[in-house]
Amino acid sequence: MGLQESLLLVLLTPWVGGVLLVLAGRWPNLRDAISVVTSLLLLLAVIALYNHAGNGTATPPELTLFTMLPGIEVGFRLEPLGMLFVVIAAVLWIINTIYSIGYMRGNNEKHQTRFYLCFAIAIGATMGLALSANLLTLFIFYEVLTLSTYPLVTHKGSMKAARAGRTYLGYLLGTSIAFFLLAIIWTWALTGTLEFTPRGIFKQDTDAASLSLLFVLYIFGIGKAAIMPIHRWLPAAMVAPTPVSALLHAVAVVKAGVFTITKVVLYIFGPALTREIPASEWIVYLAGTTIVVASWIALRQTNLKRRLAYSTISQLSYVIMAAALGTAYALLAAALHIAVHAFGKITLFFAAGSIYTATHKTEIPQLKGIGRQMPWTMAAFTIGAVSMVGLPPAAGFLSKWYLLMGAMQLQAYFVLAVIVISTLLNAAYFFPIVHAAFFQPADDDTGKIHEAPWPVVLAVSCAAVLTLLLFLYPWPVLSLAALVSGATP
Amino acid sequence: MSAHLLILLVVIPLFSAPLCILLRRSRLVWLLSSLSTGACLLISILLLQQVYRSGTVTYMLGGWSTPLGIGIEYRLDLFAALVALFVSLVGFAVALYSYTSLQKELPRHKHPLFAAAYLLCLAGLLGITVTADVFNLFVFLEISSLSSYALISMGRDRAALLASFRYLIMGTIGATFLLIGIGLIYSHTGTLNMSALQKVLPALTGKASIQASLAFIMLGLAIKSALFPLHLWLPSAYTHAPSAVSAFLAGTATKVSIYALARFIYSVFGKPFVITQEHIGIALITLSIPAMLLGSMLAIKQQNLKRMLAYSSIAQIGYLFLGLGLSTVASVGATITHLFNHALIKSALFLSLGCIVYRTGKAEISSLSGLARQMPWTMAAFTVAGLGLIGIPLTAGFISKWALIRATLTPDYWPLAVVILITSLLAVVYIWRVIEAAYFQPPAPGSTGRTAEAPLGLLVPTWLLVLLSLYFGIQTTVNFGIAVKAATALVGG
Repeated sequence: MGLQESLLLVLLTPWVGGVLLVLAGRWPNLRDAISVVTSLLLLLAVIALYNHAGNGTATPPELTLFTMLPGIEVGFRLEPLGMLFVVIAAVLWIINTIYSIGYMRGNNEKHQTRFYLCFAIAIGATMGLALSANLLTLFIFYEVLTLSTYPLVTHKGSMKAARAGRTYLGYLLGTSIAFFLLAIIWTWALTGTLEFTPRGIFKQDTDAASLSLLFVLYIFGIGKAAIMPIHRWLPAAMVAPTPVSALLHAVAVVKAGVFTITKVVLYIFGPALTREIPASEWIVYLAGTTIVVASWIALRQTNLKRRLAYSTISQLSYVIMAAALGTAYALLAAALHIAVHAFGKITLFFAAGSIYTATHKTEIPQLKGIGRQMPWTMAAFTIGAVSMVGLPPAAGFLSKWYLLMGAMQLQAYFVLAVIVISTLLNAAYFFPIVHAAFFQPADDDTGKIHEAPWPVVLAVSCAAVLTLLLFLYPWPVLSLAALVSGATP
Repeated sequence: MSAHLLILLVVIPLFSAPLCILLRRSRLVWLLSSLSTGACLLISILLLQQVYRSGTVTYMLGGWSTPLGIGIEYRLDLFAALVALFVSLVGFAVALYSYTSLQKELPRHKHPLFAAAYLLCLAGLLGITVTADVFNLFVFLEISSLSSYALISMGRDRAALLASFRYLIMGTIGATFLLIGIGLIYSHTGTLNMSALQKVLPALTGKASIQASLAFIMLGLAIKSALFPLHLWLPSAYTHAPSAVSAFLAGTATKVSIYALARFIYSVFGKPFVITQEHIGIALITLSIPAMLLGSMLAIKQQNLKRMLAYSSIAQIGYLFLGLGLSTVASVGATITHLFNHALIKSALFLSLGCIVYRTGKAEISSLSGLARQMPWTMAAFTVAGLGLIGIPLTAGFISKWALIRATLTPDYWPLAVVILITSLLAVVYIWRVIEAAYFQPPAPGSTGRTAEAPLGLLVPTWLLVLLSLYFGIQTTVNFGIAVKAATALVGG
């Protein structure tokens, strides 16, 4: 299959699947089967695309849909970072779909057709965003992703959900309109192009003050990356059903944020220019602060999902910090961490949802002894936790390793200190949960195994296994990340 | 035939109007008004193509050539063709819509009167766009204004009369100012033809009376186009008018006044006199800032949705004046783009609101509770058009915003970009209030919770405009490409 066809297939499969599952909305079994088949087909299309993954220097774009404004097309181009993101999202979507079916049925959620439709739209938007050839195309899909996840976040339909949705939309839409769009149009005014170009698009003589301001506008405008103080939407969105949390935290939304930031650093500013401008240094400090502060807040949460949410905020800033450092190893770490965190965090969220489905427990103190009751789930949780802390044999070790290397190279002691402190904090807020689950007696121990419905357990286990596999066989992802950064792993 | 297309654009609705009264049967009248507005739409599409291919089209009424001053010249350039296109487009959609909509808002025997006034109003507005004669422009402006007073007064509640009366007072002041200005010009130059005036006026710019005429004309048209702080007539007029009328006027009336204002600036007085010598540009920019900010803030505070949309219009009019005031090719291009896009979007919003009023009888935000479940298509239309108003990509509103912000990103004027962005954030707030109420609030305790979806007679025209607002967000050769060309011709490089 040619490159264009594969691109088109990857872009269209989720949306076509979305239409079909709406048509099948009256027969839940058929509808859910369509969801699963669509996600499998998407993976096949992505594999076909993987064979074409080059270095992303093609001009003009490999697939152009239409010209939106003179000189700016809505077009797509395959490059390694986008490929990496597409692979992660496609793989995780399959697991997430299986999990959703178990979770939504297990909890008797309403409006399941709407749920699956919005999910499919969001995945389609993620594909479009990942493969965008220029900033305008990326921005379009960025906004589509925000809007299509809004009904998911507010799925419960209560006023509480509406308020959470207001926060969600307010932050994401607000920052993207006020800062991101402004930055894009400003970039367009300065350079006359928005194409993603290796080594960036700014001319040599652009003055440093404008560039710094632009850089800050990009970082704050891409609110999905949840750098402090633009992080409040993420804990607020916890009101959503767990599969949606997984979508937000692992598959699509926050990943779209840090992906976009990395993409802007690589292809709009270029790594060399990023290292030069003063703003990148401020952002390193701000991201470092976010990492530590968010970890600290996570430590103090007693609700499991909220703790995970703050953990995400902290982990996202790893990517931002690495991207802002701008060296080859740091960029390698940034690309890798997008993947690694996705697998680890989806495992953790699935585990949390599994516990909720089986026992309706949401608070951490309630989890004493739950390891005996739900051994599969808690084993997966442990693997996820190990990955988050960054220990072998889980994937989290990889990105942390390269980030450390990048920081050593630059002798950036601030970054080193942040990594050490946050690793300690991560261990402090994850391992006690594991310890309590396995080694403390439960208050209501029946001695029986009582797991969540089998699709849920299957999905949790798959996610955990993938987290391990990614450590043992990192090459498919690592090679793409190496291509992105130009570093030799 | 094609030589007469230009004048047919005015003649068809003008002559259909009295026919409406003769026909008297409600359904026949509706058929006639739909046909004649449809014909206008078709003609304006043909004319736009013709102008695009082979340049400005002119037509002499009366047959004598201009210097004698007896014949009246009609001229259609790209700018005018674009305005005529969206006016007749909105006119057509609203004409389709009016039949069903009026069933609940107006006694049957008044329908022919309504249609007559409606067609007269459309004829007036189209006349303004095609004329090349300043006095003729005044006449058409009065035709459209007088008929719109009548249309507003047909609103269901008694407040419509008062609203119409207030508009009449303000509108008459505006029209009188315009007439005084035109009279002053005529007394000095002896001609009323725009291109003739464009040639002679630059020599007379030192004269106090020409300066006074500029002031009168600008002020008169600013009242008609509801520029802050001369907007006070607008909210109650839009609120109390019948749904179809609000949709029509919001999409066309103020826009055409702004068109006339742009004409006077660029094609009569000329940019050097108006912008460089008299600093009208700075004045327009200065007034547009409070228009955008206050208009949006007041929109947030409204409980009545029609009033909310009316205040939103005041903010959007601020955008339009901002572009005119900056008076570069890019900024005037942005204004023309936004004229077009906002006409579609705001009319679509008013039409979908009209669907709600048709079923619930109210336009209060509190009456929306839980309505999304009962009227899914109507609320979907409102939501999509609302996204356009906010300026989400893939809607026409995004193109406007892009063009406007791009035009303000110059070393001197970049803070205006911030104002534009704040305004669109405020738009998120007032649109989302509606969406939350419709999608999340449970139905009010007193209501049956069984409101039916709006009839197709309302939904089809509404969705026509909604879909077009999406189409023009993707395919932008007309509303952006041609608009920039028109601006280049107008402002002159």
